[in-house]
Amino acid sequence: MRTNDVMLQTATKVVTFIILMFAVHIFFAGHYTPGGGFVGGLLTASAIVLLMLAFDIPTIKKILPINYVVLSAVGLLIAIATASASIVFDVPFFTHAYDYFDLPLFGETSLHSALLFDIGVYLVVVGVTMTIIQTIGEDE
Amino acid sequence: MSLVFLIFIPILAALFIPLLFKRLGQIHTGWFVLLVPAALFLYYATRLPSVMEGGTYVSELSWIPSLDIAFVAYLDGLSLLFTLLITGIGALVVLYSIFYLDKHREQLHNFYVYLLIFMSAMLGVVQSDHLITLYLFWELTSISSFLLIAYWYTRDRSRFGALKSMMITVFGGLMMLGGFVLLSIMGGTYSIRELIAQAPELAQHDFFIWALVLVLLGAFTKSAQFPFYIWLPDAMEAPTPVSAYLHSATMVKAGIYLVARLTPVFALSEVWMWLVAGVGLFTMVWASFFALKQTDLKGILAFSTVSQLGLIMSLLGVAAAAYHVEGAADSYLKYAAFAAIFHLINHATFKGSLFMIAGIVDHETGTRDIRKLGGLMSLMPVSFTVALIGSLSMAGLPPFNGFLSKEMFLTAMLSLQEFNMFSMDVWWVLFPIIAWIGSVFTFIYSLYFVFHTFAGKHQPEQLPKKAHEAPIGMLISPVFLAALVVLIFFIPNLIGDWLVKPAVAAIQPFLYDSPQNVDIHVSAWHGFNTELFMTLGIFAIGGLMFWTLRKWQHLYDLYPDAISLNRLYDEMMLLSDGGANRFSRIYMTGFIRSYLVYMFSFMTFIVLLTLFLNEAFQIDFSNLAPIGVYEIVILLALVGATLTILGSKSRLTAIIALGAVGYSVALLFVIFRAPDLALTQLVIETISVALFLLAFYHLPQISRKEERMKFRFGNALVALGVGVTMTLVALSAHSQKAMPSISEFYKETVYKEAGGGNIVNVILVDYRGFDTLFEIAVLGIAGIGIITMIRLRLTKKEGQHENK
Repeated sequence: MRTNDVMLQTATKVVTFIILMFAVHIFFAGHYTPGGGFVGGLLTASAIVLLMLAFDIPTIKKILPINYVVLSAVGLLIAIATASASIVFDVPFFTHAYDYFDLPLFGETSLHSALLFDIGVYLVVVGVTMTIIQTIGEDE
Repeated sequence: MSLVFLIFIPILAALFIPLLFKRLGQIHTGWFVLLVPAALFLYYATRLPSVMEGGTYVSELSWIPSLDIAFVAYLDGLSLLFTLLITGIGALVVLYSIFYLDKHREQLHNFYVYLLIFMSAMLGVVQSDHLITLYLFWELTSISSFLLIAYWYTRDRSRFGALKSMMITVFGGLMMLGGFVLLSIMGGTYSIRELIAQAPELAQHDFFIWALVLVLLGAFTKSAQFPFYIWLPDAMEAPTPVSAYLHSATMVKAGIYLVARLTPVFALSEVWMWLVAGVGLFTMVWASFFALKQTDLKGILAFSTVSQLGLIMSLLGVAAAAYHVEGAADSYLKYAAFAAIFHLINHATFKGSLFMIAGIVDHETGTRDIRKLGGLMSLMPVSFTVALIGSLSMAGLPPFNGFLSKEMFLTAMLSLQEFNMFSMDVWWVLFPIIAWIGSVFTFIYSLYFVFHTFAGKHQPEQLPKKAHEAPIGMLISPVFLAALVVLIFFIPNLIGDWLVKPAVAAIQPFLYDSPQNVDIHVSAWHGFNTELFMTLGIFAIGGLMFWTLRKWQHLYDLYPDAISLNRLYDEMMLLSDGGANRFSRIYMTGFIRSYLVYMFSFMTFIVLLTLFLNEAFQIDFSNLAPIGVYEIVILLALVGATLTILGSKSRLTAIIALGAVGYSVALLFVIFRAPDLALTQLVIETISVALFLLAFYHLPQISRKEERMKFRFGNALVALGVGVTMTLVALSAHSQKAMPSISEFYKETVYKEAGGGNIVNVILVDYRGFDTLFEIAVLGIAGIGIITMIRLRLTKKEGQHENK
């Protein structure tokens, strides 16, 4: 169904980006303050859902030509690869590594391999949520 | 390179097979695969000299250290012998398959992937020192052989045979796992070497006999011993290279390997000797007798394999007798183990070549039915020669290697007269007699196989194809194996020194310190003794019976099918299938409300029972936090919203009320300072309301009839029970102070150990990362499920109520 809600569409254009930025922030900050891959993924998905509500699914599919099934598969693979990488270093499966680095611009930053795992979680959550919503939404 | 990694090389190579098949389709994929077993064979062969001197190699790859599970590759004489068989015969079989399987018509990528997985699994079985990983590889051979047998999966027979082999071998595998667990309980270790070291103490344990029987069940099912052999003839539906490889040279010998490997642990027991020798010998006679009933070339070979495996098994059983005799290394009893290993090698060579010939005959004439074949001798001279060599070796004629090992088999059976324990002094005489009868039938079916195929009258009108000799490439492997058959006859002691003695020393470590001490010399001429006269008797009686085969073969038709083991298997499958169906139909009503009732009532029951059994139920109101106005307001809203759902007359109201419940819970999280949960809850509520609205479009209105929901007393009881139980759990969880709170542990370690500040996220990605990994896997599966439900549904039921 086509909608033509000018207010919703105008607001969405701005709000979507705010939600997305917030999602990214919350995703990266997750290890130290509230947030993480799960919430980040859900927020991203909600931003896309908002877009889909304001416009319509075919338009959004044109703008974001993402195969969400593949996206969740990639996420799962990243998660498994992160967990398995520890085997190469001869430590038990799923052992994470972290350290502090002095990066330009950011100053002292903690880099943690859990983030890679979280990327996997993030992608799976976005992928699956959008798969479900898109499939049900497209069904006539 | 570390030995333990070599086990995984074939399975890693399998990853590239689909790619090679798709990209380099003009080259037969088999050529690439051939490199793997060939290279491994050459590498392992370099270990021969030091193993021959009694050296061993151990290499370890830790897998689950917390459970003490590791891949331990242990290479001694026995495992090296099997390794060489697996890689050597493997290379020949792959070479043969290149010409046997057409690259345009066959799904080679499937075939070689399965074959390589099998190769890794088999290497793992024979090299693992750790019982759990041994079991893992053991079942992997069952699975890969299932896939290989069902390779032509469009045929009903293939799928039936694959399932049958899997049912039987996996049943045995599970029994074996039980035995392994018992062994580890008794010995406190999973390492075979350590178990062997404490064998005498183990024999005193109550579980000993149980472990023994369970392990033997595994070995017997895998090695197709009576009464489990019925899967092997049906497994002949696999492509011939598979039959040659799995069902004659390698997988079926895994059971032999296991019995040989564990002989030092179990040989102390009388039960072991009687079971292994008895079942083996009975299998040998039984299968050699029924081989003559078969009309399919591969069927004959399958029964002959069963029979020969029985022969080797019985020898291993007799070898256990050496454990009980002082100075057995100097007596005749020492021959049994040597004969077992020697015959195992010989069997791999002649049976491998025979299977390949059966495949060639099938390939070039289009049939394997021995009644239609005949007179191929002049048309296929090379194949005939190979078949003749293989068959005569199997029959035990000189100058072929089968003669040597058959003589040693008779020697070993006769040697039992020296053994005067376990009432053997009375019964020993049965062993040589049964062995002799089995050998007579072996002699007959060997001749039957070769002469009824290649000699006699050629019947071209019966054959689907015009018969002609196979291409050279297909003949290389069988000719090579046949050459080995002859060669081994002339150099038996070289094979004996290099391969057999190290293996024998590994089976009987209590007799020999090093392979050099094994003082056995194989000779073709061993004087005028009982064995020789027995052999002459086999030739004479066997020859006579073969001559008159046509006259008495119809006797087999008298054997009623109704009481066969196959029939028993079929009936059992039907019965268990139907029974399971009938049983599940009782409780699987198809209504989600029934399932919810089961789940909730069971959960309530279990939780309440645990609470009261452990006397864990306490209520302590003393240090409860004060309840503020906000909480009360939110809780009232929560209760109100929940009640609204129950009473709502339209779906929209229900969904909005459900949203209100979710948001109230989120608010509670905010008040209780759990921003993570609150955030997640809020977003989830938002998305699920959007989802509901999408699905809403498709749902019918709640009809008037359903509006007035009937009050069900049972359901109300369950609901009340769940509510009360959860409240009780919450209250007692608060009041219990038996253990320190786990949140303290997280608070202390979260920064130190995981380098994080957010406990929730650290738990998710680090402490309980496994949970999260599987959770997202479940999410992915749910997504796929919804796609299959909605996008791929077969029929569109338009205008139908979905909740009908």
